[in-house]
Amino acid sequence: MTTENQAPDAGDPLPSRQQQYVLRTIEERGVRLVRLWFTNVLGQHKSVAISPAEMENIFAEGLQFDGSSIDGFSRVQESDVLARPDASSFELLPWARDDEPSALMFCNIENLDGSPFAGDPRQVLRRNLSAAHERGFEFFCAPEVEFFYFDESVRNGGKPVPLDQASYFDLTTEDVSSNLRKTTLHMLEALSIPVEYTFHEDGPSQHEIDLQYTDALNCADNIMTLRLVVKKVAMEQGIHATFMPKPLDGVQGSGMHTHMSLFEHGVNAFADAGDPHGLSKTGKSFIAGLLVHGREITAITNQLINSYRRINDGFEAPQYLTWARNNRSALVRVPIHKTGKESATRVEYRAIDPSCNPYLAFSVLLAAGMRGVTEGYDLQAEAEGNLFTLTDDQRKKMGIQSLPKSMAEALDEMEQSELVRDAVGDHIFEWFLRNRRAEWNEFHRQVTPFELERYLPSW
Amino acid sequence: MEPLLVFPNPAPPELAQTLDLSGWAWKAVGTEADVHDQEPEQGWGGAIVVADTDPSGAFAVCRALRKVEIPLEPLLLLISGSQLTELDHRNDLFDDFMLTPFHPREFEARLQHVFYKAGRVTRTEVVEYGPLKLNLETYQAMVDDKPLDLTYMEYELLKFLSSHPGKVFTRETLLSRVWGYDYYGGARTVDVHIRRLRSKLGEEHANLIQTVRSVGYSFGQSRWSG
Repeated sequence: MTTENQAPDAGDPLPSRQQQYVLRTIEERGVRLVRLWFTNVLGQHKSVAISPAEMENIFAEGLQFDGSSIDGFSRVQESDVLARPDASSFELLPWARDDEPSALMFCNIENLDGSPFAGDPRQVLRRNLSAAHERGFEFFCAPEVEFFYFDESVRNGGKPVPLDQASYFDLTTEDVSSNLRKTTLHMLEALSIPVEYTFHEDGPSQHEIDLQYTDALNCADNIMTLRLVVKKVAMEQGIHATFMPKPLDGVQGSGMHTHMSLFEHGVNAFADAGDPHGLSKTGKSFIAGLLVHGREITAITNQLINSYRRINDGFEAPQYLTWARNNRSALVRVPIHKTGKESATRVEYRAIDPSCNPYLAFSVLLAAGMRGVTEGYDLQAEAEGNLFTLTDDQRKKMGIQSLPKSMAEALDEMEQSELVRDAVGDHIFEWFLRNRRAEWNEFHRQVTPFELERYLPSW
Repeated sequence: MEPLLVFPNPAPPELAQTLDLSGWAWKAVGTEADVHDQEPEQGWGGAIVVADTDPSGAFAVCRALRKVEIPLEPLLLLISGSQLTELDHRNDLFDDFMLTPFHPREFEARLQHVFYKAGRVTRTEVVEYGPLKLNLETYQAMVDDKPLDLTYMEYELLKFLSSHPGKVFTRETLLSRVWGYDYYGGARTVDVHIRRLRSKLGEEHANLIQTVRSVGYSFGQSRWSG
C-alpha cells in the first residue's frame, strides 16, 4: 500500500498520522528492531535493520545508503540513495521472539533530491499504477504461487530430492507438509496476507499458495513477503523451499498464474453481462494487448534461463499466444464465473513464474494490457482444442505465435520493445538486458553433463 | 461524550474527514431550528460552525447556541479570510475562530484547546465494544485483552466502524471517511481491508464485522436497537 504521501503539505517536518501510528506502536509494543525491506532489480529481497530510536529521524529524512552495493541500482559515481519507509506497510513480525518484538516496513527508494529512484522496482510499479489511476483504473491481482520443498542437502549442491522420497525419521512426509502448511498459513495471515493454500496431488513436494485479490502494489509486496515466509518456515524444519521454475526433469514446473482485473470507479471494467463471453470491450482489448505484446514482456515475467524449461515442458505451462475460456494450454484464460458475479470477471496470465520480480512483472503486464485498451486492439478468436497437438504449420496458418523458447530469444524481443522500455524505464531496461545477457553468455559457454554423457563415450 | 454540532449540513468533506480521523463524534445540522430539534438528550458536546459559504445561516446557528440561558461551550468558528470584518461585535458568539481552508493538524490542536479552555473533558479515549477495546491515545487495539497486530489502515477502519456500531456504511463512504483521498485500490480496497481485519480478529470475532449485501459493511449492533 502506498498512501504515505498524504502529509498535509510537502516538506512538513512533523510525522504524518501513519508515521505517528508506527512510532507509537513501536513504543507501546516494545519493538526492538525495525526491518526496512526493498528489492533489487531481479526481485531479490534486501533488508536493513534499524534501531527504533532512529525511526523518527528516518521518517523525516530517509535512510541514506550506498546504492552501488545493490544489483542494478546505481553506478559508483552517483551512488547514494534514500530509503523511505512506507508507514502504511508497517507490520509486527509474527516470528519475532516475545522478548524481542520486531517489525517490518517496505521502502520506496529515492534520489537525494527526493525524486523516485529509477532503479527501484517498487517505484516503477507505483509509476505505472499512477498512470492507470489517472485514467480512472485500479489494477488488482491475485497470484497462484507454486514452489517445491526439497531436502536441505540441495543447498550444498546436492541433487534435489523431493520430500516424499527423502527419509525422515520420526515424521511421515505428510506430517512434515501439514506442519509447514499450518505454520506458513498462520504467519501469512498474521502479516495481513489472506491466503488459500493447496497442495498438489502428484506428490507432497510441490505446493501452491493462492493469494486473495488486492491492488497490484500491495500484491507485489505480499509476494515478496510470501517468498520469504515460505523459505523461512521450511528452513526451520531442515527443508529447502524453492521458487525455481523447473527444478526437476519430467515433473511439471512452478508457475505463478496471475489473475488480473481492472476496476473503474469500483466497477469491474472487464465485465459485460450482455456479451456472450461476459467480457467488455475493455476486457477484450486488455487481453489482446497481452497477446500482442506477450513475447516482449516474457523476459521480465520469466527472467531465469531455467524459466524457459518450464514454458516448453509440455505440462500445464502455456506455449502459444492465445486465449480461451477453458483451455489450459492458452496463455490467457478467462475463468468462467457464476451469473451475477460480474465483479469476479478476470483474466489469468499463465506464463509468468514465481522467480520473477513481481513489481516489474506486474508493471509490464499492466502496460501490455493497457496498450491494448488505449489502442482499442481487437481480440482474436478464442483458441479451441489442444494447441499442443497441432503442427507448426497448422499453427502458423492460424496465425498463432509461440512464446520465446529461450532467454536469449526473450531478451531479443524485449530489446526491440518500446512498451517494455517505457514501462520499466531506461535505467532498469538497460541494466536488465546487460545483466541477463551476461548470464546467458556464461551459461552458453558451459559444457553440460548432457553433452558429456552423450558424446564423450562415442565420439 | 455527546456529539459535536457541525454546521452546515452536509459538513464540508475535509472537515468530516478530519473529525472522523481524530475520532470525534459529530452530527451536521442545516438550520437554526435543527439546533434544538436534533439536540441529543444530554445536549451538544460542543460546536463547529463553518461560516464561509452561508454566513447569515452560520451566525443564526451561533445565536441559537449562545443566546440562551446556558450558552453552549466551546464553539469554534471557521470563516474565510475575506469575512474577518463579520467578526466585529460578535465576540460573544464563539470561543475561538480559524481561517478556511484549514490545516487539519492546526484544526485539531485548536479544537483541543477550546475544549481545554472551556474546562471540558475532550472526548473518550477508549472505544469499547464487547471483547474489543481500542485505545485512541496509544493506537492499540485489544480483543479479549490480547493485543491485535494491525496495520495503520486496518486500525483506522476498525476504529471508524467500532465508533459507529450498528450503522451500515457503503464502500464509498468508508473509502472517503477512512482513507479520504485517492488511493490506488479504489473502493475495492475496502473489501481487501475488511477481509484482513476479519482474519486478524480471528474466527471467533470475525463476525463483529458484517457484510450487508449489495450495500457495504456494518460493525456489531447499535446500542439502541437492543
